[in-house]
Amino acid sequence: MHRRIIGSLVLFVLLALRVLCGGVACAATGAAAAAPATMPPAMDERVRACTSCHGVQGQGRNNDYFPRIAGKPAEYLFNQLSAFRDGGRTYPPMGYLLAFLPDDYLRQIARYFADLQPPYPESGHADLPPKLLAAGERLVMRGDPARGIPACVACHGARMTGTEPGIPGLLGLHASYIAGQMGTWRSGTRHALAPDCMRTIALKLNDNDITAVSNWLARQPRPADPRPAPAPAGRLPLACGSQPQ
Amino acid sequence: MKPTLCSMSWSRAFAIGGIVLAQLLHAPLIGGAHAAAAATTTPAAAQTTAPTDTDTDTDTDADTRPDIVKRGEYLARAGDCIACHTAPRGKLFAGGLAMETPFGTLYSPNITPDPQYGIGTWSEEAFFRMMRTGRKPDGALIYPAMPIAQYTKVTREDSDAIFAFLRTVEPVRQPNRKHTLRFPFNQRDLLYGWRTLYFHEGEFKPDPARSVEWNRGAYLVEGLGHCTMCHTRINALGGSSPREQFAGGLIPVQNWYAPSLTSDKDGGLGDWSIKDIVDLLQAGISDRGAVYGPMAEVTYHSLQYLSDEDIRAMAVYLKSLPDQHGRKSGPSATPDPQVLALGKQIYADKCAICHGANGEGQLPHYPPLAGNQSIEMNSAVNPIRIVLNGGFPPGTKRNPQPFGMPPFGQELSDAEAAAVVTFIRTAWGNHGLPVTAREVNELRKAPLH
Repeated sequence: MHRRIIGSLVLFVLLALRVLCGGVACAATGAAAAAPATMPPAMDERVRACTSCHGVQGQGRNNDYFPRIAGKPAEYLFNQLSAFRDGGRTYPPMGYLLAFLPDDYLRQIARYFADLQPPYPESGHADLPPKLLAAGERLVMRGDPARGIPACVACHGARMTGTEPGIPGLLGLHASYIAGQMGTWRSGTRHALAPDCMRTIALKLNDNDITAVSNWLARQPRPADPRPAPAPAGRLPLACGSQPQ
Repeated sequence: MKPTLCSMSWSRAFAIGGIVLAQLLHAPLIGGAHAAAAATTTPAAAQTTAPTDTDTDTDTDADTRPDIVKRGEYLARAGDCIACHTAPRGKLFAGGLAMETPFGTLYSPNITPDPQYGIGTWSEEAFFRMMRTGRKPDGALIYPAMPIAQYTKVTREDSDAIFAFLRTVEPVRQPNRKHTLRFPFNQRDLLYGWRTLYFHEGEFKPDPARSVEWNRGAYLVEGLGHCTMCHTRINALGGSSPREQFAGGLIPVQNWYAPSLTSDKDGGLGDWSIKDIVDLLQAGISDRGAVYGPMAEVTYHSLQYLSDEDIRAMAVYLKSLPDQHGRKSGPSATPDPQVLALGKQIYADKCAICHGANGEGQLPHYPPLAGNQSIEMNSAVNPIRIVLNGGFPPGTKRNPQPFGMPPFGQELSDAEAAAVVTFIRTAWGNHGLPVTAREVNELRKAPLH
């Protein structure tokens, strides 16, 4: 019983913070505002099927299969949950768990994890050639205009903590998880809402690019402010179905 | 693509029926005699072999008054048409869902009113004849992935209402995908074999000795609900004896065990209250346990939408299924003490927080494991899979935010999972038998989604 109370307290504090911070940074929740206003009690218990793998706070596990989900924009998380359920992403254990959950509940689950901000894990520190890391940094910060590859930060935010409402943060993930997702986009087993901008980009990346970007990202320190950036005023470099403009 | 509930149960029967017929076909004379026999056993079907003008008349003569359409939508829910005729991320009723079978893949057809790819040119009469006889307007036999042996019981009035509803859905210009069945199963004539064994054409006949409520429940369970497709075992001779009707069976390919619905000793509904059955079917959770696996799909797409009266009628009918043996009794099995000790420890560490120190559960969201038929029934498939895969009950109108059980497959070894399943099957007076690490290992390969 006390777990339930603690869960509710955590939720209450988080909700209160959201109300208090109400200014620019928190106002731009975009489509995520469509999430049902009230959260059911004992969400921490309801989502045990999620947290047994992704961590009690959604912080992820120290392996490549169970990524950090906490603090990502709610709309992004909802898009992933519905994609696993409906076939846009293919990972049978996720598809199985979500198969018969309605959209409203998936939005609540997404909001629950979006509102959690557990500490980040230690950054990766594998011994890698400086040239490779420099190439990764270049692609992340500036892209490669000659090949039509936009900078990651152009969409995922200057702090790389994502952008409301639909673009995820890139920090706190394992290099091999990031690389794996690029691979699934290239092979066509992961789809975002059309137009699928990430597939367009992933198809332009070669194996070296992916190794460089994923390893550089995995080495970045924890951001001082982990919250996603507000929705940008300007247009994105590519049209993305997950971030309608 | 996920395999679906309705595709599997007929497959063993189809195989055996098909083998029988394949053997007969080796002797052409006998094969001809067999076809003639099939025609005489289903005279109405024989009449539909040749298409007639009315079958493809563009004047589809459906009565689409709003109250009839609404009733048709409700009945289409009761028949769970959507589960097979809508693909994930696909358009409503446009078909294209892949159904894996041991013989290849079947794709459900487009049943929207599109004139070219759907059933837009069908008449009300043609739709009814399809429901009653299991034949398309051109006379082709329908594969029994479609519950034709159950839908034949649907009344003309209900068939017309479903057709009227289907006339009102958005037409989708999406061609049907060709089935990719292997030879010889791609020969539709093999279906004569299946039909001779299992297809008994004819509308549901109410039992005048029973109540109106019981008969309504029987009509829904045996007809549109097509419960028997999973819940009746097909025996080794390819037949299903009336004695085994609703006595449960393993669903091939999907590898879930559809429990007995009778009042018998192995997992049956004998000591369930009407309220328990109603709650399980409609809400997806009950004081006796939750729906999971393929049954979660049935509650999600179909049963949650049925009226309280209809669900209760189904429960009344199910509750009346014959009690052959009563509940299991006597002392529990005594597993290897070391295994039991390990299982007990794992239970205390990982399970007791939700299911209680003594398997008593915490209602309504954490089912009791003591005295739970899903846990103690003869087949250990379901308890093993639930421990490995976890699962959410379906999100329903009555339980929109279900509590999910975590999967433990990634943190328990085969031996550990076997130990904890053995423990819950034999503790607290449960009458299940121990399971082995090998059984657990086999079920790690079962398809998930």
